[in-house]
Amino acid sequence: MISQLRSLWQVLRHSIRPRATVQYPEQRPYLPPRYRGRIVLSRDPDGEERCVACNLCAVTCPVDCIALQQTTDEHGRWYPEFFRINFSRCIFCGYCEEACPTYAIQLVPDYEMSEYDRQEMVYEKADLLIDGPGKYPDYNFYRVAGLAVAGKDKGEAADEAPPVDNRGLLP
Amino acid sequence: MTPLTVLGGLLGLTALLTWVERRFLGLWQDRYGPNRVGPFGILQFVADAIKLLTKEDRVPAFADRAVFALAPVIIMVTTLLAFAVVPLGPGLGVAADLNIGLLFFLAMTSLGVYSVALAGWASNSKYALLGGLRSAGQMISYEVFMGLSVMGVVMLAGSFNLQVIVEAQRGLWYCVPQALGLVVFLVAGLAETHRLPLDLPEGEQELVAGYHTEYSGMRFGMFFLGEYVGLIVTAAMIVTLFFGGWLGPWLPPVIWFSLKTAVVILFFFLLRAALPRPRFDQLMAYGWKLMLPLALLNLAVTGAAALSTGGAP
Repeated sequence: MISQLRSLWQVLRHSIRPRATVQYPEQRPYLPPRYRGRIVLSRDPDGEERCVACNLCAVTCPVDCIALQQTTDEHGRWYPEFFRINFSRCIFCGYCEEACPTYAIQLVPDYEMSEYDRQEMVYEKADLLIDGPGKYPDYNFYRVAGLAVAGKDKGEAADEAPPVDNRGLLP
Repeated sequence: MTPLTVLGGLLGLTALLTWVERRFLGLWQDRYGPNRVGPFGILQFVADAIKLLTKEDRVPAFADRAVFALAPVIIMVTTLLAFAVVPLGPGLGVAADLNIGLLFFLAMTSLGVYSVALAGWASNSKYALLGGLRSAGQMISYEVFMGLSVMGVVMLAGSFNLQVIVEAQRGLWYCVPQALGLVVFLVAGLAETHRLPLDLPEGEQELVAGYHTEYSGMRFGMFFLGEYVGLIVTAAMIVTLFFGGWLGPWLPPVIWFSLKTAVVILFFFLLRAALPRPRFDQLMAYGWKLMLPLALLNLAVTGAAALSTGGAP
């Protein structure tokens, strides 16, 4: 009996407490920069696509929502012919971002992706690509990797020594 | 005041009350409740009514059609009729001067049990039947001492006429000499209207929705409205019997009556927000082993006091 009167009183005291609700469309919750929301494909500082179509994101995706096809440009550089994410399947786990060796795929703080048509939830490469480098402004995969691409031969990457000619007789 | 005004006002108030209840539950649970439709969400009940009216009115193939249709009508009619005897002010009300007003109210709340029991029976489904049975057990048990708890008031006032009972409280409201009766009547009224701490007939966790599981559309809406009218009637009866009805200084009597009723209704909402639902055997044990002896004790003490002071005043 006492405990019931006590709980009545304690509930009544909530009349003057602030409310916990965030009035969503007018007020918005704070989303931290590392919030896992919509997935984007970023570009390197030179404006080229970062994605090298290695398929690691598609492999690691637990719900198989990523589909892509690798192709090569005239200099031998890999890039995705198409890159497709089905957001009606995506669970925003962020494994694709973890797996990506070139920081190309990134999750950004945006969750307002509702559509009236389910097919609209399938994002193509044009929908996914953004103009900037995303969370890693200075990173350029081809400037640190040993691969030879257009405008950079072997041994010219950052922190890279020239290739050793292991058939030469010189010390 | 014509019966139609009271009827219309009561139904409008009932619809509004669904919104008020949700706002207050929201307040006590640190959230807002419906606040989108109209200013402060006050038009939410209009949206709800439109939704209920446009829903499919489905009668299950396995139901007993005639009784199924009759059940929600009974609860509406009995609760609305019970309100007829409530005095809203001196000489104000539909049939407030009825000389058996209190008995009429008790009779109508007792008839309400038919609605719930018949709804459960006619639905021909196990959850509805269990809800109906529970409800019959609960309402019959609790109306025993609901009647007994108000006999102390009748003894003090010397009349079943609700107007006379209110007038008799000019000196002292009966919530002081009849405090025990008030508590017992409050619990009994809660059980009779199956408001939330005692809503075992429709306990969602175990019975889906109890006796109105199979109801949809406006038939369900009638059960819903009936329960809210029952809530208003119970609150109005508590005010009339124990808190001096329309008596009060400065303000007009109808305003006093409405204010007091609103406070009691808010208290019912608070009970809903704060207290958990007991088990059915606990409910029955409270009823027969605690509330009934308390009501009898109250009756005996009041009777003894009335005798020693030379009979009813």
